[in-house]
Amino acid sequence: MELNRKKFILQWADNSMILGQRLSEWCGHGPVLEQDIALTNIALDLIGEARYLYQLLASEEGTSEDDYPFLRKESEFYNLLLVEQPNEDWAYTMIRQVIFDHFHYYFLSEVMKCADSQLADIAAKSVKEVRYHLKFSSEWVIRLGDGTVESNQRMQKAVDDMAKFAAEPYLPSEADVWMQDFQQGPDLNNLKAIADKALYEIIEEAKLQWPDQQTIRKGGKEGRHSEHMGYLLATMQYMQRAYPGLDW
Amino acid sequence: MTQISSLEERFLQIIDADEKIEPKDWMPEEYRKTLIRQISQHAHSEIVGMLPEGNWITRAPSLKRKLALLAKVQDEAGHGLYLYSACETLGIDRSTLLDQLHTGKAKYSSIFNYPTLTWADMGAIGWLVDGAAIMNQVPLCRCSYGPYARAMVRVCKEESFHQRQGYEIMTVLCKGSAEQKALAQDALNRWWWPSLMMFGPNDADSTHSEWSMRWKIKRFSNDELRQRFVDMTVPQAELIGLTIPDPDLKFNSDKNGYDFGPINWDEFWEVVKGNGPCNEERLKARIDAHEKGQWVREAAAAYALKQQQKSTISKIA
Repeated sequence: MELNRKKFILQWADNSMILGQRLSEWCGHGPVLEQDIALTNIALDLIGEARYLYQLLASEEGTSEDDYPFLRKESEFYNLLLVEQPNEDWAYTMIRQVIFDHFHYYFLSEVMKCADSQLADIAAKSVKEVRYHLKFSSEWVIRLGDGTVESNQRMQKAVDDMAKFAAEPYLPSEADVWMQDFQQGPDLNNLKAIADKALYEIIEEAKLQWPDQQTIRKGGKEGRHSEHMGYLLATMQYMQRAYPGLDW
Repeated sequence: MTQISSLEERFLQIIDADEKIEPKDWMPEEYRKTLIRQISQHAHSEIVGMLPEGNWITRAPSLKRKLALLAKVQDEAGHGLYLYSACETLGIDRSTLLDQLHTGKAKYSSIFNYPTLTWADMGAIGWLVDGAAIMNQVPLCRCSYGPYARAMVRVCKEESFHQRQGYEIMTVLCKGSAEQKALAQDALNRWWWPSLMMFGPNDADSTHSEWSMRWKIKRFSNDELRQRFVDMTVPQAELIGLTIPDPDLKFNSDKNGYDFGPINWDEFWEVVKGNGPCNEERLKARIDAHEKGQWVREAAAAYALKQQQKSTISKIA
């Protein structure tokens, strides 16, 4: 298989897988029962999306879908640093989500139109769910930004801390460039303009400030992760590492 | 006095005719209290019950298992919601019910005070705990209180799916390596007796049963349901090569069911009193989630109020 294509698929799948794993940590601990259920739904959608992509790779490479999430090393994951960041509290979780959902929604809307019909089909299936994720996180950001003084402060702090992870999705990797050049994949510069505009509108409506001066954290697309990633994988891969080669 | 007694007569007529009592119908205060106690205990059990299984979501061994477990625990949250709603029809609100859980005034099923130590516990809980829950709950679909009975119809459908899912996890383990089979047997050893305790004390020692039966909240006694559970489960264990951890277990052809050994009721009462292996952890997890969610709930309420005021102002303008 074309290596760039595989890498592009893994970037995409790993984003959804790792964020799904993070969100699933909330299950049973949400602030309100209804939101516990809603966040679990999003986790289910994301892991489901990642699974379609791992299944596609598995069918092409003669491997198993579980090999990808459970048997790769940290440096072989290509997800964004954003999605591996810890949940912290509901404010961080929602800000992380709203940043990711903006990227994810516009990204899928473009992949749907690419020349690779298998990828286009998966994007088309997922975008319907992701439209709902975007609505959910946007509404929560507005509600909490424009709720009480305390909630505004908590949300602002989350924005200040997470903004440095917001640029990485749009920094093209070699795989992104290849997809754009040869498969009519997303133009990330163009995507950034559209997604950021929509995101900043939500931030403004929420009475929050997007910080002017930003450091940019990156490296996920090349397999260079934050320290959080190793622990996430240690948990996620525990069974496959402790009992290698078995079916469950 | 005569008015009350005629209301009570009418109430009992509805019960005897196997019709449903609805929220606006007159009901004896004791009936209302019994239902609030039982439904809220049931709702709390669903919510606390999310924790032991939630413990394995992030470590589930495959994508298929992870998705199934997430969906299952989410179903339990959904059951909690239906049941809190059913309970609210009796004139008590969810926040009061949650306070009762957090202060220890309300109970939840003691089974959830046991730890989930291995992946096989996900199988054992589905198979045994959900299996026992179904035995208890199927008759509740015909309970005299309408909202509870209707909630239980939905709950039971999902529980029966969970039970099959749990048994399937155990089946796969038993067909796997020796180590996997040992995990399955160990899980059965740990969950068997607590599952039998889920039906509550022996009939002779059950305090709430008599009126519950008269009012058709409850249809079968604790011991009857426990016997059915044993009779259903023993052949299932044999089918996949597991041994029930009870040396006294023996088929009794006279009663066409199994005789089984004595239950350790001291352990049961210790766990009920709060001294089980995970009582403190479970309650702490619920209280933490509630307290950490306080600012979120307040903000959501404040935002909703602002929106409401805006729409009132725009209507006036």
